[in-house]
Amino acid sequence: MLLNVNGAQHAVEAAEDTPLVYALRNQLGLKGTRYGCGTDQCGACYILLDDRAVPACDTPLWAAAGKRITTVEGLGTPERPHALQRAFIVEQAAQCGYCSSGILVTCAALLARNPDPSDVEVRAALDRHLCRCGTHNRIVRAVLRAARELRSGQAA
Amino acid sequence: MNLAYRVGSDQASGAPRLPGSLHVNRRLSQWLRIGADGVVEVSVGKVEIGQGIATALAQIAAQELDVAFERVRMIPASTARSPDEAVTSGSLSIQESGSALRYACAEARSIYLAAAAAKLGVPVELLRIADGEIIAASGARTSYWQIADDGLLARNATGTVAPKPAAALDVASAAAPRLDLPDKIFGRPRFVHDLELPGMLHARVLRPVSPFARLESLDAGRTQALAGVIGVVRDGNFAGVLADREETAVKALARLAADTRWSEAETLPDAAGLKDWLMAQRAETKVVDERAPDAQACVAKTLRASYSRPYLAHASIAPSCALAQWRGDALHVWTHSQGIYNLRTDLALAFGVPPQRITVEHAEGAGCYGHNGADDVAFDAALLARAANGRPVRLQWSRADELAWSPFGAAMAIELQADLDAAGAIVGWRHELWSNGHTSRPGRAKSPALLAAWHRENPSERLLAVNPPLANGGGADRNAVPPYEFAARRIVNHRLLDMPLRTSALRSLGAFANVFAIESFLDEIAAEQGEDTVKLRLRYLSDPRAKAVIEAASARAGWRGWQRREGCGHGIGYARYKNSGAYCAVAAEVEAGREIRVRRLVIAVDAGRVVNPDGVANQIEGGAVQAASWTLKEAVRFDRTRVTSDAWETYPILRFSAVPAVEVEILDRPEEASSGAGEAALGPTAAAIGNAVFDALGVRVRDLPITAERIVAAAG
Repeated sequence: MLLNVNGAQHAVEAAEDTPLVYALRNQLGLKGTRYGCGTDQCGACYILLDDRAVPACDTPLWAAAGKRITTVEGLGTPERPHALQRAFIVEQAAQCGYCSSGILVTCAALLARNPDPSDVEVRAALDRHLCRCGTHNRIVRAVLRAARELRSGQAA
Repeated sequence: MNLAYRVGSDQASGAPRLPGSLHVNRRLSQWLRIGADGVVEVSVGKVEIGQGIATALAQIAAQELDVAFERVRMIPASTARSPDEAVTSGSLSIQESGSALRYACAEARSIYLAAAAAKLGVPVELLRIADGEIIAASGARTSYWQIADDGLLARNATGTVAPKPAAALDVASAAAPRLDLPDKIFGRPRFVHDLELPGMLHARVLRPVSPFARLESLDAGRTQALAGVIGVVRDGNFAGVLADREETAVKALARLAADTRWSEAETLPDAAGLKDWLMAQRAETKVVDERAPDAQACVAKTLRASYSRPYLAHASIAPSCALAQWRGDALHVWTHSQGIYNLRTDLALAFGVPPQRITVEHAEGAGCYGHNGADDVAFDAALLARAANGRPVRLQWSRADELAWSPFGAAMAIELQADLDAAGAIVGWRHELWSNGHTSRPGRAKSPALLAAWHRENPSERLLAVNPPLANGGGADRNAVPPYEFAARRIVNHRLLDMPLRTSALRSLGAFANVFAIESFLDEIAAEQGEDTVKLRLRYLSDPRAKAVIEAASARAGWRGWQRREGCGHGIGYARYKNSGAYCAVAAEVEAGREIRVRRLVIAVDAGRVVNPDGVANQIEGGAVQAASWTLKEAVRFDRTRVTSDAWETYPILRFSAVPAVEVEILDRPEEASSGAGEAALGPTAAAIGNAVFDALGVRVRDLPITAERIVAAAG
């Protein structure tokens, strides 16, 4: 089966009902998509399917085929970070960081459709994501910082 | 709680007392290595569990050695090389590991300085160090990297080289970015879950359907017939599957679960009557602390109240995970355990092999708030790896395993009594508590404290949870002794001698419930007397650092200028963690609608000398948010047979839209010893919220969590 992941085509050998999270992690070595619950209850494994944030644990391969899959690795790299990734580092918006990947992906989708979200809107967008370390407020600050940065970048 | 067990016994004979973990790990080369490549490798026994300790320790090393922070590389802990620092717990890592590292690096610096002096032919006094460059007043220079020689540090520490004074600390007192965050933000492999070894198999474990269930029959036929299944393992009530791929292991486990038959019985207490149940159990009773039992105060009135908290789950975001590989009788384990040496001890007991044949290596897991499933899953992996013919095995628990089988924080019942004299002064205080012990950690008993050891054909004894001695912070009785100056007091701890649900260390142990109870009760007394609750606290405290945090939090929160609004309330809570650690006061503001909404938490903390202020702030904020979640929402659910809260739907935690604003003020005390910050905010936050709810509604909820139903029940 062919998957379009982070802009490149990858051949994956797996049953078509295999949850995408296992193919990404074990076949393609993209460990950034973290497994948390397996039933779309925690948000740790979110990826973008085209432009929508969805759980990779609850997305079978057949549903991902033919779509653009973006993982946290596809958002940016240390050399060319996404504004969100830069902001998460500046705000030190993590403790254990296990929930970070899914949150970054959801926020990338959020900022793409709403470049100027309010604090309340960011929280609402993240309500499907659990953070156990209690870094929620840092994360919200980081998202608002990234949004500001993206807006000023576009204006410039 | 951890190292204190060993210090004093292992090396007590004759050797001078050295700071922190250096006392039992004296070899300097165990702690650091200076490389010709310009890198300082630092190896500690404390592990990163999401709390940022690796970063703070790197700051300390950079500071003492006079090298740039970026040159320090933190080496993952392994029993093959790291100092044995027992368990990363009790908010003790800055004290135990930090002080050891501070002295080890100071001594290493002086050894290298001496070597440089000899090489340059210049007296040591005329040398200075800048980022590892060793420069003489004359301009002659060398560097750590030129001199680098492992032989120089292959000696025992003497503890005679004083580390830098507080005033000279610039690196180890300023916010430093976390070393581990870039990997986590860019989604690189970092967690134990991400390790991949050549030839690795994937495993899943089949946990019993209830804590005391027996596996009556298991038909492995259909499971084994699945393509890709390598093996099915059964050992008594323990079973698991091995497969070539992870998705196959998941499918195989579901198949296996369908082909097993269990017998089970009603072994769990009535969740609705948990407080009564706790107080009615067989228990070992201990007077923990007593002051002036015979005082003949004139008691005009005695106030009484009882409080409780339910069993709490760690509810880590990642399911526990481990890798294991056997080569003959040698075992290698990769784990997110808090205590690699302790885990090795119990693995050796369980498998009957000498500890030297086992290597336990640490790799990070998701946030760890105490004794979770990390050790258990490592044992599970090692058990299943015996059927893997030498191939490495990666085992990940399911979400249900994580929520229902990690040890729980113990449920607690607490009864408080206060004697007031005719003038309303508190002249006597009694605190009695009922709880299972608060630690069942591995590495401390004659049989293994690993979950599957209870389930095997030849099971180990189900060890009862115990409590660390109060001198080491205590367990159920942690913070049961009030910080207030009451003329007489008596603290009694009843440790339950039956354990239907396995309990062990969860962040702050008994302190969470004890502080909630004490601080709620004080609030009740203040209300009864018509006195301001902040003033009442200040009146009974003598420690200026305690008063300072309460004053700072209440001032910042605008306590005195509070404008009463319908349905809104504010409250305060205070404790000094373990009565010897960080001071913390929390002011909470809540809004009572259909459910309680915490709007704002204002926190003042004094953790002595602070190494990384942003690290302390992050820990305090995180602890407060987690405590808000415990206080408002969390309880392990069970019927008489099974734990039923085995999914996020049945074990809900606080979500983004309900998280309060949190402000943290750090009262820096550079001249005071550092104390850990990770657990200081939990108890005070719970109390502040409970008190704010009372302020808002006039209803005192004494049994956690403070849900809408509990408020209705308390109002009735």
